[in-house]
Amino acid sequence: MSQLFYDAAPNATRVSPERGPERHYPEKPEAVTLFGTCVVDLFLPEAGLDAIRLLEREGVRVHFPQEQSCCGQPAWTSGYRDEAKAVARAQLDILDRSGLPVVVPSGSCAGMFRHHYRVLFADEPDMLKRVEALAERTFELTEFLLKVCRVQLADRGAPSRIALHTSCSARREMNTHLHARELLQQLEGVERVDHDHESECCGFGGTFSVRMPEVSGAMVKDKTRSLMDSGAVEMVTADGGCLMNINGSLEKQKESFRGRHLASFLWERINGASAGEVA
Amino acid sequence: MSQRIPVTELTPDFRGRAEEALADGQLRNNFRVAMDSLMTKRANAFPDADEREGLRELGNRIKAGALSRLPDLLEQLEQKLTENGVKVHWAETVEEANNLVHGIIEARKGSQVVKGKSMVSEEMEMNDYLAERGIECLESDMGEYIVQLDNEKPSHIIMPAIHKNARQVSKLFHDKLGEPETEDVNQLIRIGRRTLRRKFMEADVGVSGVNFAVAETGTLLLVENEGNGRMSTTAPPVHIAVTGIEKVVPNLRDVVPLVSLLTRSALGQPITTYVNLISGPRKPDELDGPEEVHLVLLDNGRTGAFADAQMRQTLNCIRCGACMNHCPVYTRVGGHTYGEVYPGPIGKIITPHMAGLDKVPDHPSASSLCGACGDVCPVKIPIPELLQRLRQENVKDPEQPQQVKGGGAKYSRTERWIWRGWQMLNTRPALYRSFLWAATRFRVLAPKKAGPWTENHSAPVPARRSLHDLAARHLDQNGGRPS
Repeated sequence: MSQLFYDAAPNATRVSPERGPERHYPEKPEAVTLFGTCVVDLFLPEAGLDAIRLLEREGVRVHFPQEQSCCGQPAWTSGYRDEAKAVARAQLDILDRSGLPVVVPSGSCAGMFRHHYRVLFADEPDMLKRVEALAERTFELTEFLLKVCRVQLADRGAPSRIALHTSCSARREMNTHLHARELLQQLEGVERVDHDHESECCGFGGTFSVRMPEVSGAMVKDKTRSLMDSGAVEMVTADGGCLMNINGSLEKQKESFRGRHLASFLWERINGASAGEVA
Repeated sequence: MSQRIPVTELTPDFRGRAEEALADGQLRNNFRVAMDSLMTKRANAFPDADEREGLRELGNRIKAGALSRLPDLLEQLEQKLTENGVKVHWAETVEEANNLVHGIIEARKGSQVVKGKSMVSEEMEMNDYLAERGIECLESDMGEYIVQLDNEKPSHIIMPAIHKNARQVSKLFHDKLGEPETEDVNQLIRIGRRTLRRKFMEADVGVSGVNFAVAETGTLLLVENEGNGRMSTTAPPVHIAVTGIEKVVPNLRDVVPLVSLLTRSALGQPITTYVNLISGPRKPDELDGPEEVHLVLLDNGRTGAFADAQMRQTLNCIRCGACMNHCPVYTRVGGHTYGEVYPGPIGKIITPHMAGLDKVPDHPSASSLCGACGDVCPVKIPIPELLQRLRQENVKDPEQPQQVKGGGAKYSRTERWIWRGWQMLNTRPALYRSFLWAATRFRVLAPKKAGPWTENHSAPVPARRSLHDLAARHLDQNGGRPS
């Protein structure tokens, strides 16, 4: 059925470069906290490790507090406010201990810190100050590398053609949907190709994917189809949730095409070999 | 024609209807093509992003400002309209509204009504109500005419027949009107127009909606592209306008940016072909226009939304349909899947106030919260935020007092305990790390089926080592120094 969609205006939802006022970025700090996110922690840990390596390569010391867990998003988007708030409070306590800038290798979890904690704690004025401070010092990995570290990437990989998937949170909450593009542009051997309906949601939406599997499944099928039809050999993304959704669907469809976290992709390109999973 | 319009027989729940819609390749293609075209049109209508954002901000301020003094504005509107010779009627429920409309028609001994496009009349199911009382009510908007002819409901608030393509319309006209089949859209329009022209002249009463009701001047503004709105409101001797109480704005100058936002967001038009400013019945020295003009102002749950500061933003809506045009869920399942008058993102946040959340308990969950709707809303309704709020209302203890009508419909003790467990896991670091340890050590034991997830995905297998583990080793090795 998917071929039916190809009569359609192919890029009606093309990425728009105009998105609100630019964020003001600080000088590069000496140290940061990496908030790994629960999805990366359990399913994509190598991406988290590659994020640490990329940050260290920029001369930034990385802290990884062992007490961290999840940002609270799953409960929040499911309507369980109290449970989300309790988990959010625990993360705030941990992240406030050092007060370091927080780098997150996923747009939606970064968006949770920067936007949704405000709503969660709207009724607690004392907490709001801490929440505002956390929002101010939270950065999505790509924006931190590009805007704060002003990273310069020297490509040592073989020529490759890739598609980039940007998460809805990166696009609409974090305003970082173009940062990954700019990072990829620095890589001489990498050609980024557009894919059909590039800015449309991949269908993950956290618990949406299990509450509405029919609709979510149709969305991710369309997404995988357009990625595979783009001419790219692989997909990269800076969001763990989308990655798990897209790769899980590709595997279920028995396709060989796969996506990778941008951190792992970048680390491999600048080192000329796969960082791999440290066993 | 037959006037009894049966409610489309639908599968009872959203997921079931969605499954049927998703399996209908023709339907999906019709929507995808139409929505892509509308998205492109909107994008082209706002070439300057700064201008667009400024205008959205202004639109939001006008609507929010108007709502902040809604009772006063409604009183002013009633006073001005009365001065202009328009009779104003108030209806709390759709039953009351239908009764009022029927009463006006009966007083004129009317039997034929011609109707311009009006979503509020859909809310009222006015056609059915009048048909049951022997009054023929004919839709004169082309799209509405098509769905009425096929005994259907609109699938989009701006383009009611968008789920059909030209071939399907041609077949419908052939089957119902005996017209020769043609896929020439102009020819199809001509067929519809021929029928409707005669009806405009014969009708006893014309019914229309209202896009904006101006309190300052007592003016009812109606935008449309087919001229049927003007015909419905001027040709018959009586004009009845029906609208929701949230459509009132303070001044005529407020209408200028709102109309621009509406027409550009809806169809990418700088302005509609017709902009009707209705300010009263025919005056003694005038040659045409209706002898009587009535306005029925309908509540139907709107005051419930109004009473809640966050939910009040729902009433900003100017019914442009941009949220559904940009919605990846709506695009795939179409308007009928929602099973309510207002489909798509706006429908999901407005229907609970009208019908009760327990009537549409799956609607708040039918969103990936991708945010496209909020992004394009011309009056900046934070739709994802309101959906999230409705999810909270959905799982509240039904024994407790509810803030939204029909709240607590999705309450489940089991689910509440699951989230409590999740909370415990994520607030107790030692417990969380033990969980990571167990999940990674016993990864081969990960279940091959994981509920609905494995319908669309391979079973998720935890990594060999968690990031907690990898990061601790890595940072130990280099003593926390940059490598």
